[in-house]
Amino acid sequence: MIEAILTYDFLQNAFLSGMIIGIVAPLLGLFIVVRRLALIADALSHVALAGIAGSLYLSQQVLFFSALNPVYLGMAAAVGGSLLIERLRGAYRHFEELAIPIILSAGIGFAAIFISLAKGFGTDLVGYLFGSVSAVSRQDLGIVASIALCVIGFIYFFYKELFALSFDREYAKVSGVHGKVIQTIFMIIVALVIGASMRIVGILLVSSLMTLPVAAAIQLAKSFKGAMLYSIGIGELSVLIGLIAAYYLDIAPGGTIVITSVIILLLVLFFKKTLRKMVGTKGEADLI
Amino acid sequence: MKNTIIECKDVSFTYDRTEVLEHISLKVEQGEFWALIGPNGSGKSTLIKLILGLIKPSSGSIELFGENISSFRQRERIGYVSQKSNAFNSGFPATVLEVVRSGLTRKTGLFKHFTKREDQQAMEALKIVKMDSYHSRPIGELSGGQQQRVFIARALVGKPDLLIMDEPTVGIDQQNIASFYTMLQTLNRDHGIAILLVTHEIDIVTDLASHVACLNRTIHFHGVQSDYKKMDDLDISNWYGHPVRRVHQSDEEVER
Repeated sequence: MIEAILTYDFLQNAFLSGMIIGIVAPLLGLFIVVRRLALIADALSHVALAGIAGSLYLSQQVLFFSALNPVYLGMAAAVGGSLLIERLRGAYRHFEELAIPIILSAGIGFAAIFISLAKGFGTDLVGYLFGSVSAVSRQDLGIVASIALCVIGFIYFFYKELFALSFDREYAKVSGVHGKVIQTIFMIIVALVIGASMRIVGILLVSSLMTLPVAAAIQLAKSFKGAMLYSIGIGELSVLIGLIAAYYLDIAPGGTIVITSVIILLLVLFFKKTLRKMVGTKGEADLI
Repeated sequence: MKNTIIECKDVSFTYDRTEVLEHISLKVEQGEFWALIGPNGSGKSTLIKLILGLIKPSSGSIELFGENISSFRQRERIGYVSQKSNAFNSGFPATVLEVVRSGLTRKTGLFKHFTKREDQQAMEALKIVKMDSYHSRPIGELSGGQQQRVFIARALVGKPDLLIMDEPTVGIDQQNIASFYTMLQTLNRDHGIAILLVTHEIDIVTDLASHVACLNRTIHFHGVQSDYKKMDDLDISNWYGHPVRRVHQSDEEVER
């Protein structure tokens, strides 16, 4: 397989972008999960789907759009969706979580309309829904790398503010942390990562890469930094195994990446439970 | 002359056409320990939110350290422990040290990272609340009382001049409450921190606090502890809305 990666450009693109997404998706996912907002990624990916479907439909109608990478419109839609979620969360202060299903439904609704208008998109859309090893172009890799730089830079410079806001928003506000600005930038970055990830992981599965490695990591970590490192490690492992499996089985990488992270999560839960039982038994034996 | 730390001038707050607070005037000065007492729904938490700038008054003005709340920027001078502090997500993967250090977020400044200096400051704050040996433990694994001490350490880490606490003993067992209040008294006496404490526990707190404010939509009494103690229980019951009988430490000693 290494020989194939060295030979074929498309495989290099897929592996490089996959490995980059394996870092940034769980990195952002940690801040989403600890705030109990895991469904935000799902909502934004469905909005991105509407953007992709819109772009594909417009490419049939308008010449300009036929030359435009649909990922751009997908990302723009996700960014718009993220800003709308923020506005709606402000409007429904006592039911903040309502903003997520509202935007998710709107995303699916628009996507269904564009797909119907275009009378289906065939393999094009399937590639966006479930990811594709062969579909990642150099341009896509460039987009993924640029967005990853933004994400890493944002988290590097605003780590302490993001931690404070995630742990206790009210306290952060009282202590003078600029919550609104940071939260808006955060949401835009989440939307961009979702847009950038859909080529390789697929729209329907991108949210899993933001949440599943984190779900496993918080079982193992005792500190926030530890959770961050575990999330990235598990994300990378999932992408690597998933892409290798997708290559050999000739199937969509989105599915194999996500199933790998599900297996890792189950293994972590199993080992943690077993370890707890062993410690419990040892404790009982010591008491006897 | 003592510096004024909090000054509420004729503050009123209306929510959904209901007058929650009416014409509140209150002055807290440097080194004072204020107990803010009142029945449920009397507007205590609303007053705290107004003082912290989380909500805006419908009329009147609030000054912190002599500066209007709307333009007040020296947030690090205030330490805050909310009623909901110990209702945080207990599965949050963070150590005690990480939580306490987060109290220095603003003070450290934008684009800067915590260094060993901030870790050291966090350890010092943990020492004050006698939780330094727990610094590497996950916050979710501690008891309610221990968590509350950690949140106080977070409020203290920036060396504030004012500590505001909204019913901080909710969820703490009776045994730990006494040591908690002793710790507050030490903070006030030895560290010179002004304290504004919202509480239901009128018996314990009024023995500790230097000043008392009685709130039920409006301020019914505010002044020094000795004047509050001279008040008749019937007067307190009238504004409280139900019969109140205060038990002072001296009463208990007499009974013994």
